Amino acid sequence: MAQGAVTMTSTELSSILSGPGQSSAPGWFKELQAKAWEEFEAEPLPTRSNELWRFSSVKNLGLDGYVAAPEFSGDPFSLTRPREFPQPSGRIIFANDSLVTAELLDPALESAGVIFTTLADALKKHPDRLREHFMAQSVRLGSAKFASLHKSLVQAGIFIWIPRGVEIHNPFEVFHLVQGDWTTVFPHTLIIAEDNSRVTILEHFVSANPEERGLACGVNDLVLNPGSKLSYISIQEWSRNFVSVQMNSTLAKKDSAALNLALNFGGKYSRLESVSRMVESGARSDMLAISVARDEQEFDQRTLQDHQKPDTTSDLLYKNALHDQSRTIFSGLIKVEPGAHRTDAYQKVRNLLLSDDAEANSMPGLEILADDVRCTHGATSGQVEPEELFYLKSRGINDLAAKRLIARGFLNEVVDRLPQERLSEYLHQQIEARL
Amino acid sequence: MSTKTDSIAIDRDIGDFYYNVTATRDAGVGLTEKTIDYIVDVKKEPEWIREFRKNAYHVFKSKPLPTHWAGDELKEIDFDVIRYYLASGDAAKRTWEEVPEDIKRTFERLGIPESERKFLAGVEAQFDSEAVYSNIKKAVAEQGVIFMGSTDALKERPDLFRKWFGKVIPTGDNKFSALNSAVFSGGSFIYVPPGVKVKHPLQAYFRINAENFGQFERTLIIADEGSEVMYMEGCTAPKFTTATLHSAVVELVALRGAKIQYITVQNWAPNVFNLVTKRGLAMEEAEIKWIDCNIGSRLTMKYPGVVLKGRKARGEVISIALAGDGQHQDTGAKMIHAADETTSNIVSKSISIGKGRATYRGLVHVPKHLKGCKNNTECDALLINASSRTDTYPAITVRGTGNSTQHEASVSQINAEQIFYMQQRGLSEGQAMSLAVNGFVNDLVSQFPMEYSVELKRLIDLEMEGSVG
Repeated sequence: MAQGAVTMTSTELSSILSGPGQSSAPGWFKELQAKAWEEFEAEPLPTRSNELWRFSSVKNLGLDGYVAAPEFSGDPFSLTRPREFPQPSGRIIFANDSLVTAELLDPALESAGVIFTTLADALKKHPDRLREHFMAQSVRLGSAKFASLHKSLVQAGIFIWIPRGVEIHNPFEVFHLVQGDWTTVFPHTLIIAEDNSRVTILEHFVSANPEERGLACGVNDLVLNPGSKLSYISIQEWSRNFVSVQMNSTLAKKDSAALNLALNFGGKYSRLESVSRMVESGARSDMLAISVARDEQEFDQRTLQDHQKPDTTSDLLYKNALHDQSRTIFSGLIKVEPGAHRTDAYQKVRNLLLSDDAEANSMPGLEILADDVRCTHGATSGQVEPEELFYLKSRGINDLAAKRLIARGFLNEVVDRLPQERLSEYLHQQIEARL
Repeated sequence: MSTKTDSIAIDRDIGDFYYNVTATRDAGVGLTEKTIDYIVDVKKEPEWIREFRKNAYHVFKSKPLPTHWAGDELKEIDFDVIRYYLASGDAAKRTWEEVPEDIKRTFERLGIPESERKFLAGVEAQFDSEAVYSNIKKAVAEQGVIFMGSTDALKERPDLFRKWFGKVIPTGDNKFSALNSAVFSGGSFIYVPPGVKVKHPLQAYFRINAENFGQFERTLIIADEGSEVMYMEGCTAPKFTTATLHSAVVELVALRGAKIQYITVQNWAPNVFNLVTKRGLAMEEAEIKWIDCNIGSRLTMKYPGVVLKGRKARGEVISIALAGDGQHQDTGAKMIHAADETTSNIVSKSISIGKGRATYRGLVHVPKHLKGCKNNTECDALLINASSRTDTYPAITVRGTGNSTQHEASVSQINAEQIFYMQQRGLSEGQAMSLAVNGFVNDLVSQFPMEYSVELKRLIDLEMEGSVG
């Protein structure tokens, strides 16, 4: 690695790769990882002159100093939430990329053929499905280097496969916990929803200590077969000194409906790349995100709504509430490929600036190569309106509380797009706690 | 509304007139320091201009083509075969009979006055309008307005010219502004004294200057405190030229309380690369408005901008782009807010026909600690055929709590029911489409001076005729 990362040399690589759970990986997978490592080393670190990294504080992406995750000490369960509300269908916990527990809590699902397991286990038991889907979608939004890094070092992953017609109402829940200064983690999620199935996943990214530095380089791939419905919700609460690069890919086939909601709270620099590909007619993808930015946090969000076939729909709503000296970047593209007629695409980013030093950058983009489409995008940046504030204050609510109420209303609108009421309630609480 | 027209028969040779060039002053092809010496010597320019040009030449050489964000089409430009300076005193040597029928028909349809047609067709290098021109010149000169060619201005009024020249758009702004700075010739210089409101719109087109429609023209307009001026450039008639690269630089300076309106209507031949840098500097309570209409050309890249430098300054860009088959209109606007309570407005409408591509690219920047800044951006795109393309790439940066920006863009096509309705009432499909397109841009066109809006409407009719079938 030309950048001179002290810790991740090729010799380190072998020790990281032979870590727990991965030693028994099949040969083809090891080859894939070795090749990915070469690609990672060959690719330069991003620079701002690249349009895909415009406005980004790329200085945060240096890889010097990070170490492979040490053993997790203490009680991981203290960092997870209680199982009662909402009741999960199954739960997997990773601490520093090592498996703590994997449990399917609803026995009926096992008999229905649902697979809910770790990546390591799936490599043994379902190699064909993994060969077909593991990081099969190309990286489009700039993080090719980080995708290769992830691919070569991934160990903490989950694999979920929902058989045809199976509808699961309670969400699956996944925790990735991190502890130790300069720790690296590579969370991976692969979900395949077969025809007409239905499933919801709630994934948590949590740091044990609010100050410790670290790097998270994660991938989540969602595959929706015809008629399926898949909702993926992530809550990111890394420490305030964390650097995170998360790459999402959603592949939506005929008449399927994907929903991706990201709640971003933690990290020093968090980049979220999200691609939705509508590859068959009738496919739909809802892309939602909420970011609450404080101090000098930077949230760097890049999205692509790729309409490849006619009669497909996508709807994006990203909202950022910016405090202190925080920065947000949103760069989104609606791409309507030739022949993808009657596409209906919407994209909206809204920035609520709550401080004089906050900065919001918006780059909403359109590329339309078909006709008879309905494509609209909008970007607004503004602050709490004095009239709104006056109204609340005249009712005896103090300035701070009034601003908090307005920010809450602003952000909750995104969560209200979720059809599951109990889950929305839980997420409302999460937002409330951050304001 | 989907009209299946994959390919449109368009005469690609339009504009390829045979020019029997016998210009006495010709700097040859390609660009070296010698070319610059030649230009400076021939034009008898002062030494500081020589230095300015040479410095710009090196900047031009050192800058890469901006293909990392713009299209690869730029690579088609061969800088070594371009003639960078040609004093075209007697360039036009064809006769009216040689002008192709379809062009004559275009003039007819656009309602271009007889007297202007020969000039526009390149039959006459000078437009014979001495009477009209001298009247305007006389009227504005009485008010103290200076209106002359840039070359003359840098010799006659170096005090005014040098103060602002290259200040709004520095040489190194981009590769093409550097190129222009190295080889510029032609263009207009206008100075409006304090408090003077120029009644007549000033038009480049009436000014008798062989270099009027130069390839690398340089225009500088200074509106002193409280003055007002409207400037018009180009016209709706097709502009025929053998040059394949047009790279102008236009700088506007509106001092305290001044108003400048700059109107461009350009219709280039389909082989022209039109890469123009336009920017205005608006001081306290000043107002700069760009009305920019782009038709024709192979590729146009043009993003008129306003730097809002004084409190309560206002900037506006109204842009219409029509991308015909095989053309790419990459246009937009830049608004740099640099003072409190500045406001800006961008309205862009584009139409893509056949395999045409229209791109909106915008930049809005509201830096730290400003209060009361507002921007509004609206982009609407209309797609005519299944193979048409449109893109939107805005970039908006806002800091602090005192400001607000909003951006909206939509893409649509002509409503099939509207067309059906109009055809029911006896209009042909082409007429109906044309009416719908005119309706789409109508609210913007109505802001144009009357003769322009009439011509523009006819031009859209003409463009739309070829698009259905």
